[in-house]
Amino acid sequence: MSKMTFTFVNVLAAGAVALLAAGAAQAQGAGTLAAVKQRGAVNCGVNTSLPGFSSPDAQGNWTGMDVDTCKAIAASVLGDAKKVKYFPLNAQQRFAALQSGEIDLLARNTTWTQTRDTSLGLNFAPVTFFDGQGFMVSKKLGVKSAKELNGATVCVQPGTTTELNLADYFRANKMDFKPVVIQELSEVEAAFFAGRCDAYTTDSSGLASTRAARAANADDYVILPELISKEPLAPAVRQGDDEWYNIVFWTVTALVEAEELGITSKNADDMKKSDNPAVKRFLGVTPGMGKNLNLAEDWAYNAVKAVGNYGEVFERNVGKATPLKLDRGVNALWTKGGLQYAMPVR
Amino acid sequence: MTDRRSGAQVAEKPKTAFWNDRDVRAVLFQILIVLGVLAAGWYLVHNTLTNLESRKIATGFSFMEREAGFSIGESLVPYSAADTYARAIWAGIINTLVISVIGIFLATILGTVVGIARLSTNWLVARIASIYVEVLRNTPLLLQLFFWYALVSEALPGVREAIRIIPDYVFLSQKGLRIPHIVANDIHGWMFALFLGGFAATLFWRRAAAKHQEATGKLRPLFWPTVGFLFGPAALVWLFAGAPLELIKPVLRGFDFQGGGTFSPEMIALLVGLVTYTSTFIAENVRAGILSVSKGQWEAARALGLPNNRSLRLIILPQALRVIIPPMTSQYLNLTKNSSLAVAIGYPDLVSILNTTINQTGQGIEGVALIMAAYLTVSLSISGFMNWYNKRIALVER
Amino acid sequence: MTVQTTSAPIEKPPVTEVGAIGWLRANLFNSKSNSVLTIVCFAFIVYVIQAVVPWAFLNAVWTGTPKDCQAPGAGACWAVIGEKNRFTLFGRYTYDEQWRPALAIGLFLLLVGASCIRRLWGKALIWAWVGQVFMWAILMWGGVLGLTFVNHEQWGGLPLTLMMSVVAIVVAYPIGIVLALGRRSDMPAARGLCVAYIELIRGVPLISVLFMASVMIPLFFPEGVSVDKLLRAQIGFTLFLSAYLAEVVRAGLQAIPKGQYEAADALGLGYWAKMRLIVLPQALRLVIPPMVNSFISTFKDTSLVIIIGLVDLLNAGKIAVNDPPWRSFYVEMYIYIALIYFAFCFTMSKFSQRLERDLSKATSR
Repeated sequence: MSKMTFTFVNVLAAGAVALLAAGAAQAQGAGTLAAVKQRGAVNCGVNTSLPGFSSPDAQGNWTGMDVDTCKAIAASVLGDAKKVKYFPLNAQQRFAALQSGEIDLLARNTTWTQTRDTSLGLNFAPVTFFDGQGFMVSKKLGVKSAKELNGATVCVQPGTTTELNLADYFRANKMDFKPVVIQELSEVEAAFFAGRCDAYTTDSSGLASTRAARAANADDYVILPELISKEPLAPAVRQGDDEWYNIVFWTVTALVEAEELGITSKNADDMKKSDNPAVKRFLGVTPGMGKNLNLAEDWAYNAVKAVGNYGEVFERNVGKATPLKLDRGVNALWTKGGLQYAMPVR
Repeated sequence: MTDRRSGAQVAEKPKTAFWNDRDVRAVLFQILIVLGVLAAGWYLVHNTLTNLESRKIATGFSFMEREAGFSIGESLVPYSAADTYARAIWAGIINTLVISVIGIFLATILGTVVGIARLSTNWLVARIASIYVEVLRNTPLLLQLFFWYALVSEALPGVREAIRIIPDYVFLSQKGLRIPHIVANDIHGWMFALFLGGFAATLFWRRAAAKHQEATGKLRPLFWPTVGFLFGPAALVWLFAGAPLELIKPVLRGFDFQGGGTFSPEMIALLVGLVTYTSTFIAENVRAGILSVSKGQWEAARALGLPNNRSLRLIILPQALRVIIPPMTSQYLNLTKNSSLAVAIGYPDLVSILNTTINQTGQGIEGVALIMAAYLTVSLSISGFMNWYNKRIALVER
Repeated sequence: MTVQTTSAPIEKPPVTEVGAIGWLRANLFNSKSNSVLTIVCFAFIVYVIQAVVPWAFLNAVWTGTPKDCQAPGAGACWAVIGEKNRFTLFGRYTYDEQWRPALAIGLFLLLVGASCIRRLWGKALIWAWVGQVFMWAILMWGGVLGLTFVNHEQWGGLPLTLMMSVVAIVVAYPIGIVLALGRRSDMPAARGLCVAYIELIRGVPLISVLFMASVMIPLFFPEGVSVDKLLRAQIGFTLFLSAYLAEVVRAGLQAIPKGQYEAADALGLGYWAKMRLIVLPQALRLVIPPMVNSFISTFKDTSLVIIIGLVDLLNAGKIAVNDPPWRSFYVEMYIYIALIYFAFCFTMSKFSQRLERDLSKATSR
């Protein structure tokens, strides 16, 4: 009989252990950098599908601005932009995924806000895209301004700053609206295009993306001129790992710096011969910068070589030649009247 | 470890080492289990607390008092974005309850009809009913909800081309079903009072009729007096007062109809989906219940000269109910729990609102705990009520 | 007085009582109200047929482009199924390797078919299932035998749906038995814990259990241990299903006559021996049909993973039809997916009904 007892307890214990062991992937040791190097891949949280920022094709290849951030970091850390493992996340899952260590980096058109920076325990790298929330309506309605939306039904995704900004904007302007809140991006877009809602609201880049990729006829829809919020989209990491944060921060910075210095993916090799001391430091011809980050000296070279400088990334994914047809606008370099300003890499 | 029902207690216990004693081992075993569960629980709680601490995630329910900042599409409770999370959650609970109550009511009626139809002697009716049941219960509810929602939002016309179900009063469009509001009038209060009085009179009449039948064996009419008592006085007063009925008509202005009440497309899709899906299960319960009544009962009823519908109502259903009620409880619970799928099609039920709350505050544990607590309360209340009802109608064995 | 020496000629029964007319009279027109009902139903059927048949068959576009489907007068656009079939069935699984999940499904169906034949029930079948698990792992993941490795994050569509429901029921089954035994046990602590667990899980919606799995599991483990999305969903399903299976098994345990327990006691069997040798074999046999029903619900419920972002059959179909040119043909896609679910669930439920009849025959000898 006593044997039986122990068998039973053993079975329970074994079951519990098996359950834990089965999926618990024992990974990180001390720091994220060490874990990434050991794994040989950067775990990158991206949007499930937002053309221009991150979207997979039928073969599972990812493209977009956020995806390029992931690739740049993989290139600067591991020397190979292909060493990225993508984790498509919805709005609800993204922070939990980062907090739990499932991903090393969240590059999923995420707005940098004070609450997220503090109470969610995140650190944000420099802004990769300065955005603002806007409205898209059907041309048929004849609406010219967001101020005319009193009484409208508005489609919106939950779990975003968008939902709060929307309520704030209508309150501030003493207008009424009816929200239709649907979590799944595809479902909320479908509801808008079906005519369930008069307006659809999200970041204006997202509106352009949705209109370009999902509307049966893009010309039937118009994006209203008002931007009702500031949406600085930035990659985020966990707090408490400064080494990894520095790498993400400076790799994102490096892409902008490269544009300022005139380094592109095509001329990066030639630029190594440049006499400009800033370029030499940047490309690792003069050593030191890589060591500061505990990376190889060619970290910035690898990043730029793999995805190009910020301007290239922008034009390739969301620029004039793409279906999104976005202007550089505030995302131009500061020297050209925009907000993109790289902290000096020196 | 022990099975005391075996009850083979020997008067004199044989001498065994204490660790071989059944009772001692039972106690030990239970202590082990409890310790094991406690240890596992402590491990998880400890990890969670450490993680919350190290990841700097806020804890506690203090967020409930903060301003929610988001809007809710439809709510019976007055709510605006300036209200607290607690109020938003309360609005969600009410929405869930509304859907559940209406859903349970409609599903019971539809399910009973379909269940009886499946047993119909009419071959065609029985076939149609069984196709209905098989198709709906063998596909996922979520798929059906998506289907209904897509149908409602894509197939219905825009507000400007709204279908005029009752011209000027009831409209159906992509923005939902618009109905007029009734403007309250003093007479309405009186009518309601008379209706209640009529209800009491009906009960009295029915009891008297039953007594009369027991005493003399004669039937008194029931249906028309009931209708008369319930609605007669109220209708008379209403007519004498000059039939006051002022309706606020929905009027198309701007983006949508203004005035009157709305059933939103989300609510319609959710209700249609839940009711049709659940009705198939209820139909099966009803069918099983009716089949469980032995054929002799039908034959006996017929021998007494009762027509089909009366034997069903007076003889068969009361007996079948005893079999039908317990599984019906779990169908009601299922419908309530399934209403949480609203989150997929944007009806602001409890889960949908707490989902938003979790996203805004980042406090997942509290959110999930609230969802579970709310549903547990509802589930326990429904099963408590159904158990009480079940006891009431249970067979009293002589 | 005449004596009739020849038998009277056999009269045919009146035409109104036999044959097609008799059948009609007995089943459709046996009373006034029934006749009315029949006519109403018949009108309804005619209406549905004239509405559906031209759309679904006569004017349907079977192959072609979205342009063909949008042509005036075109009915259902079944071309969308042809175009998106592989994505719907296999999700983002590496395109050139999709024969592997297809083969895995084929093997699965074969084995399910075999399992439906009661003659084949035995040890060999269990081993075949164990082998099947390994075959699935090899086929789906690859990485051995020259198959390229496919990460499980790319799994999707029908194989994912099947796998999640099968794994859930296989893992939840033993847990359910333990819980049911615990609930029937005499030990208050064990019983209390089991009752609390079962009632807690059964009192809340599956979606909240999935939320819990998705939001809370990452917090349950120490820094550095991460449980991926698929496994989290799987844990959620398993926890949920085990509570329901516990109730199914408990019903079986309750149906075993007391005499069986007493007989086992009389033989001097201990608790575990009694359960393992006498009670459970009978109880578990009794509950096979309700278990199949639980499996059907789980199979349907896996569609809820769309809410935590996994690409199961339903989600794959939705993503596929979200492609702008094909967007307006969601009805066709939903019908297609519904048909797949229906084929599985209907077959299984018919099987469970037959089994129930067979088993009740066997026990009521």
